[in-house]
Amino acid sequence: MNRTYELMFIVRPDMPEEEQEKLISTLESAMTSSGGAMKKVERMGKRRLAYTVRRFYEGVYILLTVEGSGGLVHELERRLRVTEPVIKFLTVRVDEEQKRLEKIKKIRDSRRKASATAAAAPAEAAVEAPATTA
Amino acid sequence: MADEIKTEAAPAPERTERSGGGERSGGGERGGGGRGPRPGGSGGGREGGRKFFRRKKVCKFCVEKIDSIDYKDYRTLGQFVAESGKIVPRRLTGVCTPHQRRLSTAIKLARNIALLPFAGRAS
Repeated sequence: MNRTYELMFIVRPDMPEEEQEKLISTLESAMTSSGGAMKKVERMGKRRLAYTVRRFYEGVYILLTVEGSGGLVHELERRLRVTEPVIKFLTVRVDEEQKRLEKIKKIRDSRRKASATAAAAPAEAAVEAPATTA
Repeated sequence: MADEIKTEAAPAPERTERSGGGERSGGGERGGGGRGPRPGGSGGGREGGRKFFRRKKVCKFCVEKIDSIDYKDYRTLGQFVAESGKIVPRRLTGVCTPHQRRLSTAIKLARNIALLPFAGRAS
């Protein structure tokens, strides 16, 4: 049962880039070994924290998009917890939300199409219809 | 089309009416927050923006067709958080019920990952 998760974590601001890379690659190897996959890595850069976390005022945000099972997430969170430079992390399951969005999009598209065909009957009006809906 | 014209015309008389309400909510916030001098400038501007939405009484997410309210999008979420860090109620912002539900979850997630403060301004 594969699910999609967003794993966001904050590392301390004085952590060098190479070590961040190393951390990400170890996490990736943990994912692949338990049947998951890393779909995306996004570095959101250094940002001021809304409140102090372990006496840090700022942190480097890293966002991973992970595919895998719940057990994998458990393992990843355990790893993050024992990794000292990681000051905060959050895992959010996103596949259900994506499914919902696709559904909405489909409904919206079909409606748009319906309105377009309705407008197509008077010949020239079809050009106007997408412009108004867009 | 007719509806649009109507909403364009409406705000003029409503403006005076609602501004009284705005003052009232401001007073409430002052009583609730009560921590130190509030940084005025930008916050006041945002407040003004919110009032504007409230005046029109439409849901921002419905109007702009934002389906996903993302916890990472702290700029959008920030519009629905009071100076004190509280989630602003629906009756002040005009957000519709389904969107407010998603909005509040998103704000709570954002708080967890230090994108938004639990209490007080991000300092």
